[in-house]
Amino acid sequence: MASAMDQGTVRPGSRIPAETAIHRPLRVRLAEWLDGQSRQLFIMPAVVLILIFSIFPLVASLVLAFSRLRLTGNMRFVGFDNFEKQIFGSEQFHFLGTFGEISVAGWVLIVAAGAAILWWLVAYARSGFTWAGFIGRLITAALGFGLAMLLGATLLSGQPFGTLGVTLFYVFVGCAFQFAIGLGLAFLCAQPIRGRTFFRVVFFLPLMITPIGVGYAFRMMADTTKGPLAPAWQWLGLGDFAWAADPWAARVFIVVGDSWQWIPFIFVVLLAALENIPRDFVEAGEVDGASRWQIFREITWPQIMPVAATVLLIRMIEAFKIVDLPNIMTSGGPGIATESMTLHAFFSWRALDLGEASAVAYLLLFVTVIVCVSFFNLVVLKRVRTA
Amino acid sequence: MAPPQRPTGIARLFEPPEIGRSAIGTRIVVYTLLILWSVFVLFPIYWVVITSFKTPNAVNQGPFYIPWVDFTPSLHAWEELFVFDYEDTLKAYLNSIIIASCATVLCVAVGSMAAYALARIQYRPKLGVILLFVVCIALAFVAMAVAGVDWWLALAVGVALFFFLARALGRHFRRTLGNGDILFWIISQRILAPIVVIVPIYLMFQQVNLLDTHIALIIAYSVTNLPIVVWLMYDFFSSIPLDLEESAQLDGASRIRTFWEIVLPLSRPGLAATTLLVMILSWNEYLLALFLSTSNAQTMPILVAAMNAGERGILWWSMSVVIIVMIIPVVLLALVLQRFISKGVLLGAVKG
Repeated sequence: MASAMDQGTVRPGSRIPAETAIHRPLRVRLAEWLDGQSRQLFIMPAVVLILIFSIFPLVASLVLAFSRLRLTGNMRFVGFDNFEKQIFGSEQFHFLGTFGEISVAGWVLIVAAGAAILWWLVAYARSGFTWAGFIGRLITAALGFGLAMLLGATLLSGQPFGTLGVTLFYVFVGCAFQFAIGLGLAFLCAQPIRGRTFFRVVFFLPLMITPIGVGYAFRMMADTTKGPLAPAWQWLGLGDFAWAADPWAARVFIVVGDSWQWIPFIFVVLLAALENIPRDFVEAGEVDGASRWQIFREITWPQIMPVAATVLLIRMIEAFKIVDLPNIMTSGGPGIATESMTLHAFFSWRALDLGEASAVAYLLLFVTVIVCVSFFNLVVLKRVRTA
Repeated sequence: MAPPQRPTGIARLFEPPEIGRSAIGTRIVVYTLLILWSVFVLFPIYWVVITSFKTPNAVNQGPFYIPWVDFTPSLHAWEELFVFDYEDTLKAYLNSIIIASCATVLCVAVGSMAAYALARIQYRPKLGVILLFVVCIALAFVAMAVAGVDWWLALAVGVALFFFLARALGRHFRRTLGNGDILFWIISQRILAPIVVIVPIYLMFQQVNLLDTHIALIIAYSVTNLPIVVWLMYDFFSSIPLDLEESAQLDGASRIRTFWEIVLPLSRPGLAATTLLVMILSWNEYLLALFLSTSNAQTMPILVAAMNAGERGILWWSMSVVIIVMIIPVVLLALVLQRFISKGVLLGAVKG
């Protein structure tokens, strides 16, 4: 690319030797042709790369999801079988979870979620109503209600949930946790205190460490016999507690490891946003005698809200793809308790069931798109408009 | 009263005098919290570093915290990796460096060209032509699946059909899309989890015998990171004033030359930040490498992950060495690029 440009154009103090003058008309013509094509030339590499390695596989994956294909042997269309197996069939326990009899708490959650969603839809229908907005909200509401039912029927009824629930746990609990701490740290670091530079550099460090390394490091931290925290575990009476054998302990540890790595990202962006707020705004508030809380709520928060919503969205998109930490720390165990959907698809692939792997991957894509698009439309756009 | 100028760069180290004026109680709380978090951040790193200097015995006999006090540091793990096993380690290390740097260069080059084009050139792709393309490719797929036509033949015919029909019918389409739509389309590719596309990509590389090569990983990494580059660089290019480019074009410089000689040098801060980010992401990538490389193109993350295998359990000491070795290039690159990066780059894009 670069050399073609350099040769093609005539620059002052040209490096083109005199002997090649005979070829110059061709080169000039080539340069003119290139310039004429520059519209396409600039954008086509990116578009072609994405078409071949992103859009084409996306379609091919859909075809795979509707078929049964082993690496050796022929492809056979099986319609919705792969999806049906995950949602209603023999793999239901793996993807959705084990369904038991719905307990009282489960019913309470389902009814409450249903009522809240209805109220939200009615409230929307009464304000500015458009069909596109309504249908979008219906999709969001359907997914939300489905998840509430899933949660009610599995977790709240004392049954384990499957990889969908685990992934959503990583995304929602993990991101909420990371956002809260990242925001808190950004505020602390924005205070006028000595040594801020030191803290900033230190807080940034985890982003540089490979996620695999983070996984192993936290496995060591969690080790109750040889790990550095062993005395603390023993003091707490957890000396022979195998954290990797307990579903909730394992999930929490994975969220802790993930947070350790990704809080810096949220912290860095929010700190930059905080420092970007003009000082006079805050000073004006102080002069008017506003309390700290008022300054935060009325001045700081609206100023950083657009950035905060966007950074949370980015973090959520990436969190849906989580695979390295569960694979390294627990290999998805105990049982399937920490298996994310990406890991689920990866295991299916390793068992050479490509149809199932693609079906699970598509279900992941489906959930990711609905959650992220809903979040974008309902939170990011709205805040950008009001801020 | 004018707001005090915020110091930047090296001047930030010499903090302004108004620092430290807050109440003593607040200061104690703030420092306590900050120091607690620093400990939480630094302790795992410290532990990895000292574990790398432990012998297997020192690791297995329980936690020892301070070198020379409760255990004798040894270079055992480092020797094991760099003297006895140096071929494997070195190969994976070189693979990682080659793949990550090539992928970064390719991705930043292609991505920033597209970003520049979207920021400066008006595109009006016709909706009908795009639909036509989709229909042609879909037909190719149907031919492949139903009639069992070879994939390359079906695709070639599909693409040829598209070009023919686009020539023939292109004039009759009216509805057009704009730059914003293209930009959104490219950026939204980031939502796509790699697991969705990796199986077909694996099969594609299998067809052309590129599995377990550097090229496969370089292309895969470039594509997954392309949306980030386009997004960050689009924002950066949009913030560069137009005047310089306009005067260059008045002087008769071609668009390519303007981009190369005027725009790129001006966007060094954005390029540096984007390069660093893409480099870190490709350096640490795990899932795609797991699919696309087995032995030849094995990268460092796979090597670290493999430390778990075998009857001896996890080789904590070797693994710690590899983790440390993996941090070094990232830190070096960060130090080199850091002086170009203005901290506003990320923020500007997020505000978008």
